[in-house]
Amino acid sequence: MANKAQQLSDTLAQVFTGQLQSNRIDVGEVTIEVAAEHYYEVCLKLRDDARFGFEQLIDLCGVDYSEYGQVEWATEKSSTTGFSRGVDSAGHGRLQFGDETVAKNTSRPRFAAVAHLLSVKNNQRLRVRVFAEDEAMPVVPSVSDIWSVTNWFEREAFDLFGIHFEGHPDLRRILTDYGFVGHPFRKDFPLSGHVEMRYDPGQGRVIYEPVSIEPRVLVPRVIREDNRYLDPDTTEGAADA
Amino acid sequence: MPEIRNYTLNFGPQHPAAHGVLRMILEMDGEVVQRADPHIGLLHRATEKLAESKPYNQSIGYMDRLDYVSMMCNEHGYLLAMEKLLGIEVPQRAQYIRVMFDEITRLLNHLLWIGAHGLDVGAMTMFLYAFREREDLMDMYEAVSGARLHATYYRPGGVARDLPDSMPQYRASKWHSKKEVDKLNDNRSGSLLDFIEDFTARFPTYVDEYETLLTDNRIWKQRLVDIGIVTPERALQLGFTGPMLRGSGIEWDLRKKQPYEVYDKMDFDIPVGTNGDSYDRYLIRMEEMRQSNRIIKQCVDWLRVNDGPIQTEDHKVCPPKREAMKADMESLIHHFKLFTEGFCLPEGEAYGAVEHPKGEFGVYLISDGANKPYRLKIRAPGFAHLSSINEMTRGHMLSDVVAVIGTQDIVFGEIDR
Repeated sequence: MANKAQQLSDTLAQVFTGQLQSNRIDVGEVTIEVAAEHYYEVCLKLRDDARFGFEQLIDLCGVDYSEYGQVEWATEKSSTTGFSRGVDSAGHGRLQFGDETVAKNTSRPRFAAVAHLLSVKNNQRLRVRVFAEDEAMPVVPSVSDIWSVTNWFEREAFDLFGIHFEGHPDLRRILTDYGFVGHPFRKDFPLSGHVEMRYDPGQGRVIYEPVSIEPRVLVPRVIREDNRYLDPDTTEGAADA
Repeated sequence: MPEIRNYTLNFGPQHPAAHGVLRMILEMDGEVVQRADPHIGLLHRATEKLAESKPYNQSIGYMDRLDYVSMMCNEHGYLLAMEKLLGIEVPQRAQYIRVMFDEITRLLNHLLWIGAHGLDVGAMTMFLYAFREREDLMDMYEAVSGARLHATYYRPGGVARDLPDSMPQYRASKWHSKKEVDKLNDNRSGSLLDFIEDFTARFPTYVDEYETLLTDNRIWKQRLVDIGIVTPERALQLGFTGPMLRGSGIEWDLRKKQPYEVYDKMDFDIPVGTNGDSYDRYLIRMEEMRQSNRIIKQCVDWLRVNDGPIQTEDHKVCPPKREAMKADMESLIHHFKLFTEGFCLPEGEAYGAVEHPKGEFGVYLISDGANKPYRLKIRAPGFAHLSSINEMTRGHMLSDVVAVIGTQDIVFGEIDR
């Protein structure tokens, strides 16, 4: 299995010279990152080249990287206010109506589309990630004419993350309500949502109101430095542990 | 003056044949479907977002509620992704238990499917037959997890507890006499494995019964043969997996091609269709039930003679034994940390996929090293299948739409997530 992944990774590096931003093998899975400008042609070749033969797109989803690595609990040093280790929460679970999110993680573009490909012929999988350069108006080329199933997956990513797929034949919302405002899976969208719905007997119709429920996330988000997971290549002294 | 013939028909979301809350806008030319536009999301609960606000081990229960007729398979997909990132080994006994319950789940799913599909196209009796067997299968769920549907039985590094030595018994009441109850309890006197083995001995004759009712039934064939034909090329394009893909003649089953747990040690066959129509998919699912029964039998035989741990010894992800907690400080700390904070996954991403009764159920996990997933994406097979409904129903009659929904084995819990 590991050999096969290495082989695929090598072939990818050879075929797409200069087009891959990264090419990694992690837990036996090959991941490549491509720029939006090369995304379409890379995908087309991945499907049509016999060495890859990815005739199936298994999944395509959006990712919002804006809060990557943010925690609500300091594991190293304590603060002076409130809980000794509790950090002012910024996670989407505790956001309330009208709250602004704080500090964005800017080490990479905020939005990405991640596609999982499967080759039935060669029995191999590949993950392709493409970042949308512009944060305010994330645009990524659509691959729905390469794999038909992508149509709905891209509609879903558009609905939940607001990623626009250029060239998509029918980019409508798919999962959220008719007339929904916002993109609910973005990290700055509160878990409890913005509006709630009820039937108003006076007006004789269903009405929308701002949410009345309190955010209720019981377990803080915490990252622990676990020596078992440290990479022996990058950490000194971990190799003999 | 030309006559306007096309009109739009609203199907669902409250329709008995819509398998839940499917709303379809059908553009009709007389009684022929020109275009079908499914509106989904009426059961959208944002499971993925909810999981992002909870520690990993608290989201297992959400997985049950995705495809609520194949509960444990959903848990399995989630745990495979997690275990891949954690890099933990699952003890062999737990692997066999998982495989056995995956197949029990497959029977549960296919039985509900044949019942509902039969009902949709006019075979009322199937539903009653299928639910008779589902009762026994749900009793197996109940015996092992305490819940008949939403089991939360699979846990990171194993399963929640070992198979019980005794089955719950029926008791006499004013509705059931002693004699009736004794008959019901007859195969429940031994352990769970005895009960399952008894079931596997009976089950092939049940499948024969279903086939007698349906396979050569004139009405059944009229409703299914040549309905919703999908060519192998289109099936790949449309992202079909599982019985839908095999129905189109492509031999692809993750249990054989990318085996997980102990499927590589199991002896079973993969049925493949030739025509790609609804009837082929029906035949495949019927044969899959027989094959699942074979796998269950093999697991029972193995589990009878091989004892062993059912959870990993790594107490960072698996709670320690109750007795150990009472006396051992370390165990108490592990227990406390596990149930308050959960455990952290190493930074990275993983995709775990299982051969779910409906197709490939995958979970894509992005971890930034925290105790909660950074992003969890659930790849539901039904979502890809339903997206093809426009293509599958175009040119068919209105009543065939119902047959196609049935053959796709639609469940809204997983499509809307």
